[in-house]
Amino acid sequence: MSEDDAGTAAGAPAGANAEGAAAVAAVEAVAERIEDERDHLTQLDSAIGDADHGGNMARGWAAAADAAGDLADPDPETVAKTVGKTLMAEVGGASGPLFGGSLVFAAAELGDGITPESAVAFAETYLEKVEDRGDARVGDQTVVDALTPAVHTFKKSIEVDDLPPIEALAKAVDAAERGVAFTVPIRARKGRASYLGWRSVGHQDPGATSALFILEELLAVAADRLDVEIPETDASSPTIPDDEAAEDDPAEGAGSEDG
Amino acid sequence: MLPTIMKKLINDPDDVVDEMLDGMTAAHPDRLSRLPDTQVLVRDDGPVGDKVALVTGGGSGHEPTHAGYIGDGMLDGAAAGDVFSSPTADEFEELIGACDAGDGVLAIIKNYEGDVMNFETAIELAEMEGVEVESVVVNDDVAVEDSLYTSGRRGVCGTILVHKAAGAKAAQGADLSEVKRVAEKVVDNVGTMGTALTSCVTPEKGEPTFDLGDDEIELGIGIHGEPGTERTEAMPADEVTEELTDAVLDDLDLDEGQEVLTVVNGMGATPQMELFVVNRRLQEMLGERGLETYDAWVGDYMTSLDMAGASITVCAVDDELKELFDAPADTPALTVK
Repeated sequence: MSEDDAGTAAGAPAGANAEGAAAVAAVEAVAERIEDERDHLTQLDSAIGDADHGGNMARGWAAAADAAGDLADPDPETVAKTVGKTLMAEVGGASGPLFGGSLVFAAAELGDGITPESAVAFAETYLEKVEDRGDARVGDQTVVDALTPAVHTFKKSIEVDDLPPIEALAKAVDAAERGVAFTVPIRARKGRASYLGWRSVGHQDPGATSALFILEELLAVAADRLDVEIPETDASSPTIPDDEAAEDDPAEGAGSEDG
Repeated sequence: MLPTIMKKLINDPDDVVDEMLDGMTAAHPDRLSRLPDTQVLVRDDGPVGDKVALVTGGGSGHEPTHAGYIGDGMLDGAAAGDVFSSPTADEFEELIGACDAGDGVLAIIKNYEGDVMNFETAIELAEMEGVEVESVVVNDDVAVEDSLYTSGRRGVCGTILVHKAAGAKAAQGADLSEVKRVAEKVVDNVGTMGTALTSCVTPEKGEPTFDLGDDEIELGIGIHGEPGTERTEAMPADEVTEELTDAVLDDLDLDEGQEVLTVVNGMGATPQMELFVVNRRLQEMLGERGLETYDAWVGDYMTSLDMAGASITVCAVDDELKELFDAPADTPALTVK
């Protein structure tokens, strides 16, 4: 290790090494997943757009994984910022600023490491940036339809229900999944698909689908790092804590996320 | 029989933008330089101090737009995307950073979804770095409200007039808010409509982007070969000119006696002969409507690769805009002495 590397590690927040390593692992898992789903995403996009979403995202996340892997002793903020910048540069089109640009801005919320509070702030800022940049809201058949239920469910699960973060994340993924399903029967109001008018009804939004894949990988890596099973979620009602969740000790869950 | 692969002077579709930019700097080594590892061209003598910087950018294939207007009295720099694709936000960010001399930056954005999102992301990042940035979105195309590439009206050839007027204002030493005000004044007073006689052929695809019969033309096209508002039988130049001019003038709704600057713009593969024929009827029509031509530009200002066709731009001018359009400009594509 060079002196520069040592200096970075010394200046980083406590626990940054483990959190940074987890963040890099998550990026690598996302890159692998998006590559696996490349044709699937292309297929979804060719029905309503210009069939470049799968290729652009796969290229972008592969580059992001490389860039994150090259960081020496990274902290989560640096990983998020690096990934965001790389996606911004490599994905292009509208997905570059939406997926990548938003990440660059949200990254600052992780400046003091990953805690339940900072994770909520990160998620909220990310959603806000995507909404603003794309001028899209729920029901426009965009990535916002997956992110909004995910972020709202995550925030509520942490702040109101005091669930352990890993359970909150599992519920968020579940909510995103239903958000993706919600894009199918509605009409596109933003993005390339909106030009199809009513013909956009019946198509699953590729951007929302990508967001779901990303969240699923974040959950898988988080569970792996915490050495727990991915929690089962009650798909019928994400806003009402189920009995199982209520029995958990929120403090213990919150603490374990840091470790 | 038409060949399926069109003949083009390219080497590899993947290299065409890169090689074009190198060719441009080689043609204008005293005016243009390229930021390393980017597709961004900037003034060779920049950043120019005591002046608001003007930046723009967008997909390639519209030459001389965008980099052709870099120079004294117009732009300070421009980012080139791939053919018909927006530059990425990081390239816009580098562009803004490289052109800022501390007096602020005005970003001139054509209203296309990708351009707007990438530029806005870059602006927000530049602002975090302490650069003062304002932006203006040009949407002069009167043909369509929503198109294949944008919500709202598209930004097309009227953008050149924004570069000219705002560039002149910046060269006079006006502050950022004043330069922005002038840019918005042009946007508020300009309208454009175009027609395609043939489709363009992108290097990537190698075949026409859309099918247009031998006896058909498309009215209300954008600059990417995206569909227009109406497909009709081919008509004599005067009739086409009337269709386009009527649409623009109806949209602008000018008072009799209003002075205007007009642009007849070739889409890339239309001979100047035809552009002048169009201009002849355009000027007649302005007279019939009681409008006064202050200045008439004819040429290829914002093209769509090898598309045949033309667009007509009309901009209402007042004393301030006349002074700014007359002010000196010294760029590869436009010189006013």
